[in-house]
Amino acid sequence: MVDLPKTLKEFSRLKIENNVVNINSMEMHYHELNTLIRDLVRKGFKEFNLYNVYGQRYIGAGLGDNITFRLYGTPGNDLGIFMNGPNIYVYGNVEDGCGNTMNDGLIVVYGHAGDIVGYSMRGGKIFIRDDVGYRAGIHMKGYQTTPVLVIGGCAGDFLGEYMAGGIILLLGLSGNGQHETRFMGAGMHGGVIYVRGKPTHLWNGAKTMDVDENDLQVIHGLLKQFCTLFNFDFSKMVKEEFVKIVPASHRPYGKLYT
Amino acid sequence: MRSYLLPEYVVRRDVKRCNKCKICIEQCTYGVHYYDEKDDYVLSRDENCVNCQRCVVFCPKRAIVIKKNPVSYRKNYHWTSEAIMAIKKQAETGSAILTGMGCDKPNLTYWDKLLLNASQVTNPSIDPLREPIELRTYLGKKGKQVELASNGGDVVLETELAPQLQLEIPVMFAAMSYGAVNLNVQEALVRAAVECGTYFNCGEGGLHPSLYKYGDHIIVQVASGRFGIHIEYLKVGAAIEIKIGQGAKPGIGGHLPGEKVSEEIAKMRMIPVGTDALSPAPHHDIYSIEDLKQLVYALKEATEYIKPVAVKIAAVHNVAAIASGIARSGADIIVIDGVRGSTGAAPKVIRDNVGIPVEFALAVVDERLRNEGIRNEVSIVVSGSIRNSADVVKAIALGADAVYIGTAALIAMGCTVCQRCYTGKCPWGIATTNPRISKRLNPEEASRRLVNLLNAWSIEIKEMLGGMGINAIESLRGNREQLRGIGLSESELKILNVKPAGM
Amino acid sequence: MWNGANNPYEYDKDTGACALFGMINVEGKRFPSKDPVRAISNMRERGNGLGSGFAVYGIYPDYRELYAFHVMYLNHQAKRDVEKVLEENFRVVLSEELPTKEAKVWNPPLIWRYFVEPLTSKMREKNLTEDDYVVKNVMRINTAESGRALIFSSGKNMGVFKGVGYPEEIAEYFCLEEYEGYMWICHNRYPTNTPGWWGGAHPFNLLDWAVAHNGELSSYGTNRRFLATYGYECTMQTDTEVLTYAFDLLVRRHEIPLELVPKILTPPFWNEIDCMPQRQRQLLTTLRQIYSGLLMNGPFSIIVARHGQMIGLVDRIKLRPLTAAMKGNFFYLSSEEAAIRVVQPTLDKVWNLHGGEIAVGMVKVPVLV
Repeated sequence: MVDLPKTLKEFSRLKIENNVVNINSMEMHYHELNTLIRDLVRKGFKEFNLYNVYGQRYIGAGLGDNITFRLYGTPGNDLGIFMNGPNIYVYGNVEDGCGNTMNDGLIVVYGHAGDIVGYSMRGGKIFIRDDVGYRAGIHMKGYQTTPVLVIGGCAGDFLGEYMAGGIILLLGLSGNGQHETRFMGAGMHGGVIYVRGKPTHLWNGAKTMDVDENDLQVIHGLLKQFCTLFNFDFSKMVKEEFVKIVPASHRPYGKLYT
Repeated sequence: MRSYLLPEYVVRRDVKRCNKCKICIEQCTYGVHYYDEKDDYVLSRDENCVNCQRCVVFCPKRAIVIKKNPVSYRKNYHWTSEAIMAIKKQAETGSAILTGMGCDKPNLTYWDKLLLNASQVTNPSIDPLREPIELRTYLGKKGKQVELASNGGDVVLETELAPQLQLEIPVMFAAMSYGAVNLNVQEALVRAAVECGTYFNCGEGGLHPSLYKYGDHIIVQVASGRFGIHIEYLKVGAAIEIKIGQGAKPGIGGHLPGEKVSEEIAKMRMIPVGTDALSPAPHHDIYSIEDLKQLVYALKEATEYIKPVAVKIAAVHNVAAIASGIARSGADIIVIDGVRGSTGAAPKVIRDNVGIPVEFALAVVDERLRNEGIRNEVSIVVSGSIRNSADVVKAIALGADAVYIGTAALIAMGCTVCQRCYTGKCPWGIATTNPRISKRLNPEEASRRLVNLLNAWSIEIKEMLGGMGINAIESLRGNREQLRGIGLSESELKILNVKPAGM
Repeated sequence: MWNGANNPYEYDKDTGACALFGMINVEGKRFPSKDPVRAISNMRERGNGLGSGFAVYGIYPDYRELYAFHVMYLNHQAKRDVEKVLEENFRVVLSEELPTKEAKVWNPPLIWRYFVEPLTSKMREKNLTEDDYVVKNVMRINTAESGRALIFSSGKNMGVFKGVGYPEEIAEYFCLEEYEGYMWICHNRYPTNTPGWWGGAHPFNLLDWAVAHNGELSSYGTNRRFLATYGYECTMQTDTEVLTYAFDLLVRRHEIPLELVPKILTPPFWNEIDCMPQRQRQLLTTLRQIYSGLLMNGPFSIIVARHGQMIGLVDRIKLRPLTAAMKGNFFYLSSEEAAIRVVQPTLDKVWNLHGGEIAVGMVKVPVLV
């Protein structure tokens, strides 16, 4: 948790310095906060530091363009929902629905995430340093674009449920390094989940395969970004073993109905 | 394994009339008709026939008749042919039975047990052909009280009403996704909506860019699969509908069989070609009522509070309490889809056994919201059974603000309710995404049929209103005095809160 | 309160969703309402102002040996009737109106509190333990007076304060700033059976059990009928009540260790049980067989408390959120992490519960009883 920078201690709500918007979100309702952000975006501001974020929802919702947010605190649910371009850095943990139905942009979380991170993600990238909750990457999509979800820690059950596209990279660097995710890839019919080490419990429609050269190239590219963002040793990480989880068929429920 | 199934229908061809033009072969997408070169006959494989009547209509010689197969099992009221066939089919495949369109079981249509009123002597009926009758309807949150101020003697309106949809006829086109139907169908629907001053709901498969120009008349849907949903899509629609459930399959998610997931559909939905496009049973960001509020406001935040948000649910047991929760979630419109609601694909057991008739659901929801003093906070739209203008009028008298029609609109365009939408082979070019078959539906002509239908209903609604001595549709809304029940039990009358005929 | 006028719909249960917050000092040190109220109020979005409540432990040290009954009355006649029953069955040491003050709450009922002890003679006559005697009487009064009076708090040295309003308003109404407790369970409700009723607010209580709940039990019909066979009468038309009784049955009456309780309420799937070593498999299989009627299905997260313990539990497939955290001598449970952070920005440890997982905060030294 980062306190307000000393120079900003005094400001009550809004302070703009060198075209950087600083907002003290303490006691602000999400509607007030998001309206303020939208107004400033309209005025052309592209850089936002939000301090004392305590549960405000929908930050970045539906915003496009090349805007950067740095959030200090714990943003509320649906961070970056429908987002279409901005970069959000969170210095803290995020709650549920981070990156919900996001189309483009980047979310980096220096902490853990709650459930359904990346729900129905269509594009862009999410990097979570630590664990994620249940149903991460559920119904991720992909058609020409490839949404990416990188998880540094471990994942809750139903990782990649209904997955239709995109890439999930699960590193499992937290705890004892053992994956305990149950029902991984349940109903998966597109996309790929890369797992460092041994996945435990696949479910309907998913199967494990060895990674090939192309996969390794993708994995290493993402690892490099992950290590740069969170200060991990890439040279060590790159030696780790990975497997991939892919749909067993593109139509896992094709025979379910007559 | 040899199939023990009997053909459901038989094709009778009058060989004297048949001139072997082979149009039937060309028209049938199920491969029923074929030409036997050796004997120079057009023959049929009856087991493939779904009774869509395409060949019958297109046969220039009127040589074809389709009949229900007279060979059937011994009559048994419990073990009906349908029940026996279902078991045989499942024993052969091990699969759940899929079906299309709405529940076809008897005894679930209550519209027919409600009768309308007309004025006699004590007040005059109104002649709609010569005097004005207004059908305009606004959907959205109205609020309880107007706020006025005075400015030097002038009254100044302070209330800023929540965003509203303006309908010139209280009938909208129900959600039919790009995928369930093809682009020609959607184009026909939206063009008719534009022309008639109403709305078309694009369903859960996203919105094709070629339809963006009609955005002012489109309700964009957000369902659990989140197909085709991005900020532009949300911004282009006149309203946003969160689809929680639908009457044909309460409790389960959307299902677009892989047969219909063509290249174009895959692109819109961002899924692999040929895969089944499954929407999760729940929205995975809504597991509870406060989560619904969260999504309602996510959509409002993202679109800056300029358009109404509707929430569509299937009519289920606890519908009144659920609706009350929805009304308090920030939603502007509640859509209730009854047990007869239609679909492109649903497991048959769900379609035929889950949910309650929309008449009951509407009656209790309207009543509950009024009791709680929040009826003005939301509009109510009902769907799933509306066949004609009388059903519309009865729905409004029970308490609806407007209705959605799905099946009726499809029938106007050619559908014969053969219930095979899930195969993707719809010979009428409707419930198919096959480019070759889709061409059969000309959007221009289909749109004309739809406009005609709504115009006809508009005349009829006005006739009925005029008969009651009512010249504005809002005087009918929730006016259950204009309804009487016939052949209804006491408890049914109580739930519908209408008097029996004669009282 | 919960009379025909404001809960007229006769359905078996209402559906409420919500925010939960709980905070316990594991040294048993008492602390004021400021942090809990601030935290639960931070999750205003999760409620709709139609029900909030608090269960506070350690607030009546001077009467720690006595059961503290908090009772809602719809009218004075109900009060006279209930008081008569109380006098017949208990020694009433003190009775007084619960202190309240002006606040934005909806239509408050009369609320009184009584410090009582069971009449030994009656208790012996019925051959019941003290707790069972209290349960029996509470059940009897609540059933008989259904719609007129409700004992909504019946533990020793603890009390439930709840009603229709947002949490900060309910806290204001009940003057919670005057109390200090070593554990606070808070709830902010989003009911759909409105305009809300005072009795339907959370937490629910029996003896020193308090349960605050977010979600809906799809298994309610089964749970309710199962518990009825053990003498628990569900009178509140809400699914949270069955959770309270389930804990009482399993932990107090059947003496099942706390760590096994989730194996009954939110058991592992059969295919997981089938793969366990034989002894464990037999144990879990048997628990599921005997207590099948207590499997809690549907989305829920709950905070359950009794003296010295605060327990968090989430449904089997994690459909509702619950975050646990620790800082020094404090253990927290909350629907949202932000609510913990707002009162304690720096935490030693914070984690989200997994489906079927339990998190327990325990007071290190025995607090009472």
